[in-house]
Amino acid sequence: MTKTLFAAAALAAAIALPAQAAEPVRIGMITTLSGGGASLGIDTRDGFMLAVKMKGGRLGGAETAIDIVDDARKVGNAKQIATRMLQQDDVDVITGIVWSNLALAVVPAVTGADKFYLSTNAAPSHLAGKGCHPNYFAVSYQNDNLDEAAGYHVNAKGYDNVYLIAPNYPAGRDHLNGFKRYYKGGLAGEVYTKLGQVDYAAEIANLRAAKPDAVFIFLPGGMGINFTKQYAQAGLVERIPLFGPAFSFSQDILGAVGDAALGVFNTAQWSPDLDIPANKAFVTAFQAEYGRLPSLYASQGYDTALLLDSAIAKVGGDLSDKAAFRSALKAAEFETVRGKFSFGSNHHPVQDVYMRKVVKVNGTITNEVVEKVFSIHQDAYAADCGM
Amino acid sequence: MTWLLFAEQTLNGLQQGVMLFLMAAGLTLVFGIMSLLNLAHGSLYMVGAYVTATVTQASGSFGLGVLAGMAAAALAGGLIELIALRRLYARDHLDQVLATFGLILFFNELVKILWGPQALFLSTPEILSGTVDLAGTPYPAYRLFIIAVGLLVALGLRVLIVNTRVGMLIRAGSTHREMVGALGVDIARLYTIIFAVGAMLAGLAGALAGPMLAIQVGMGENILILTFVVIIVGGIGSVRGALVGALLVGTVDTFGRAFLPMALRAVMDPSAADTVGASIAGMSIYILMAAVLMIRPRGLFQAYGGT
Amino acid sequence: MASRRTVVLTLGLLLLIGLPPAALAFGEPFMVTLWSRILIWALAAASLDLILGYGGMVSLGHAAFVGIGAYTVGILGHHAFEGSAVPFLPGDWSGSALALVQWPAAVGAAALVALIIGALSLRTAGVYFIMITLAFAQMLYYFFISLPDYGGEDGINLWQRSEVPGLDTGDPVVFYYVCLVLLVGFLVLAKRLVDSRFGMVLRGCKQNEARLRALGCPTTRGKLVAFAIAGAGAGLAGALAANQTEFVDPGLMHWTKSGELIVMVLLGGMGTLVGPVFGAAALLLLEEVLTGITEHWMIILGPLLILVVLFARRGIYGWLAGPGARDG
Repeated sequence: MTKTLFAAAALAAAIALPAQAAEPVRIGMITTLSGGGASLGIDTRDGFMLAVKMKGGRLGGAETAIDIVDDARKVGNAKQIATRMLQQDDVDVITGIVWSNLALAVVPAVTGADKFYLSTNAAPSHLAGKGCHPNYFAVSYQNDNLDEAAGYHVNAKGYDNVYLIAPNYPAGRDHLNGFKRYYKGGLAGEVYTKLGQVDYAAEIANLRAAKPDAVFIFLPGGMGINFTKQYAQAGLVERIPLFGPAFSFSQDILGAVGDAALGVFNTAQWSPDLDIPANKAFVTAFQAEYGRLPSLYASQGYDTALLLDSAIAKVGGDLSDKAAFRSALKAAEFETVRGKFSFGSNHHPVQDVYMRKVVKVNGTITNEVVEKVFSIHQDAYAADCGM
Repeated sequence: MTWLLFAEQTLNGLQQGVMLFLMAAGLTLVFGIMSLLNLAHGSLYMVGAYVTATVTQASGSFGLGVLAGMAAAALAGGLIELIALRRLYARDHLDQVLATFGLILFFNELVKILWGPQALFLSTPEILSGTVDLAGTPYPAYRLFIIAVGLLVALGLRVLIVNTRVGMLIRAGSTHREMVGALGVDIARLYTIIFAVGAMLAGLAGALAGPMLAIQVGMGENILILTFVVIIVGGIGSVRGALVGALLVGTVDTFGRAFLPMALRAVMDPSAADTVGASIAGMSIYILMAAVLMIRPRGLFQAYGGT
Repeated sequence: MASRRTVVLTLGLLLLIGLPPAALAFGEPFMVTLWSRILIWALAAASLDLILGYGGMVSLGHAAFVGIGAYTVGILGHHAFEGSAVPFLPGDWSGSALALVQWPAAVGAAALVALIIGALSLRTAGVYFIMITLAFAQMLYYFFISLPDYGGEDGINLWQRSEVPGLDTGDPVVFYYVCLVLLVGFLVLAKRLVDSRFGMVLRGCKQNEARLRALGCPTTRGKLVAFAIAGAGAGLAGALAANQTEFVDPGLMHWTKSGELIVMVLLGGMGTLVGPVFGAAALLLLEEVLTGITEHWMIILGPLLILVVLFARRGIYGWLAGPGARDG
């Protein structure tokens, strides 16, 4: 009698345990929703929330509370929001930051508080190498990956007199170095322009005079729009092929460049036309939900939510065991829109990278895969990471 | 470096200069006459670009789009003058800075609500989309078009100010405000009109910039600061100063970017030359401005009585 | 009976002193962090008020000095952490993590840069002054963006907060009180300054500079000294800001930050020194509340600023403390 009672109580306790653990999983999303560059943050959020919606609002079957806050692309704001989330709201995971400089300020605070950070985009070299951390995962790429692929491709195609352009700031140099890591030919010129520059007439005239056989640019956001439009106006797109990482030619930007972008080559780890069932489902659902094609950032937000979903399910919604949750994330057992995905030793993706071309399909300007450049490619900094 | 490249870069400098002139002319007129410092001038540029893009898209006509963009900027300018700014003419510049800073925040957010956060698209009109052969160098036809429009506007403004009744009032109003009022001229209406004309020119600049660059929220602030440099160099309140200042700033900026790294390669190793050259080129117009102010603290052309 | 002004000031100070224990008691530890940020920007705004409200110098580049202060701390801390020599200095001194070294260095560096910019800018006046200070600040902004050794646009991390022997500056509450003491210290010093003969000259410059000069007062030198002192105050605020975010980036010096500082001064009450503290609190709290309501919060803030200019010239402090609150 007492024995059965005891067993019943134990059973009740066992049932009650998950109920106690039903403290919701708290996720903080810090991203850029206002000011310049807001379209990247909005796409990140929309991609992430689409996956959450498809999971019925419960990631990994657990009750999920998501707090989305605008950082206005300001470091001070991002840091303050992160501090509030860590000190007061007791979040388990922070994610969503678009820009490297914001990530560099926020990520150490998050990992220092023994919480998790999942990057939906920015992945600067420091966090992949010396500054890596067991609780930091980049779901997107390592910043240089796309440039490396472009360098490899341009090299393989036999170009040997390339002209390089990037803004005059450290990230600009990093990206060109990524390109040069795999490109072995000669350089017709290497030019650093002002950050946020609007008019590129002087650079384009110099470029034409240097007679390169290809041009590689790292000019993210509005700078890429400006350059590409002016490059086309100068009648150069057909004469000298233009290459770049996807940042200047992602779906969120193409509409603004218009036909001037047609024929431009760019590298990414994802493309809307990738023939993978998970990707097809994603693109269709995104279009149905928001009435526009998803961008690279949307795909990364979506994948991040799916990764979280898989890891939370693995630990049964209980994130108190940090080690278990960490290895659940590391396993990366989710249906990515990219086909193949795993984490390297430094918690950065090991994945395929594609060369895409800007084309017009049924009146919509979008990207199409030309060929796969890298199979299961890892970044150059993993060796510097002590994990 | 061939002389052909030099000539081409001079054209680029000229083109950037006339673009800056369209912005500077309105800002300097409003300042010279109403003594109003309008930080939101760049917002009117943005309004011009957005409306031009939308109307061009809908109607298929770039000409119609430009007219609509100018009209919208003039309307927006006239409205903010009527509602808020006319109360600030008698206030000090500090109040004007704060209020027009508020206007920038307002316009940026309004445009984002109306058009969304993504950059807008505006294509080059078909007949201007090609290149023109200048002594063997293909030069974008659209940039030549901008140079032509800019110089025409400069000429038109000169005729307006020197030869018309409105121009006479503008000249008179800037030096003897009370006297003009006493002669029975409706000063308030004159000011609204001048403000709207300045706004219209900013709108024209935005409309013309549309096919060349990203039409996005915040595009006005970038050019606003350059415009400030222009009118400081030229002398605040002087339209002639604005023209000279704009061409000077446009040329110095273009030449700095085009030739400085090249020139530095002669004296230091290439990668250092690229970095140092790019950094100095980025600051070249500020150095120009500091140099001008060292010699002439009130700019090259001191106009009227403005402070 | 105590004047209304004394009541407001005493009450304000008591509230600020009592804030951390209250915040912790109510389970709102984040309030301490938020208010540290307010105190820091209040310090920067008060330093701007010194030249804006008393000297009539409208600087639209004041954030540059905040940035210089922050970068001084960031760079010294960076070299101390890496054990490498600080460039452009004789010998191979590898920086320091001590507040006693970092903060005076930040103040000194900001004052020096302010002295140079001021010397050039004060050749002009009025609207030229507004624009030239803006342009110089932009120049510094682009300079730090293209500075590869210190992260450029990415900024640099502060690996630890400035060390004060016997204090744990990493603790939010301790740091809060450090900020509060420095803010009050600056306000007291500035108050004594504006009440001195020097302050009279400065205010005279705002009223009628030509007459003062005719009387034989070295007005330009007086204005330049005030400009440098204001720069020094902003540099101290920058040093604290770097410590609070444990991060420094060029965004600190962007011209919109200078605009925000002017907003704080006018919102709180210009020419009162204490007013900007209220202004900083109002603006940052407003931002905190409005961002929680809508991502389009700027469409509310923009017109609000215009309304303040048009109808509430005396600012919050003037409104709280009543007429005669100037020079509080």
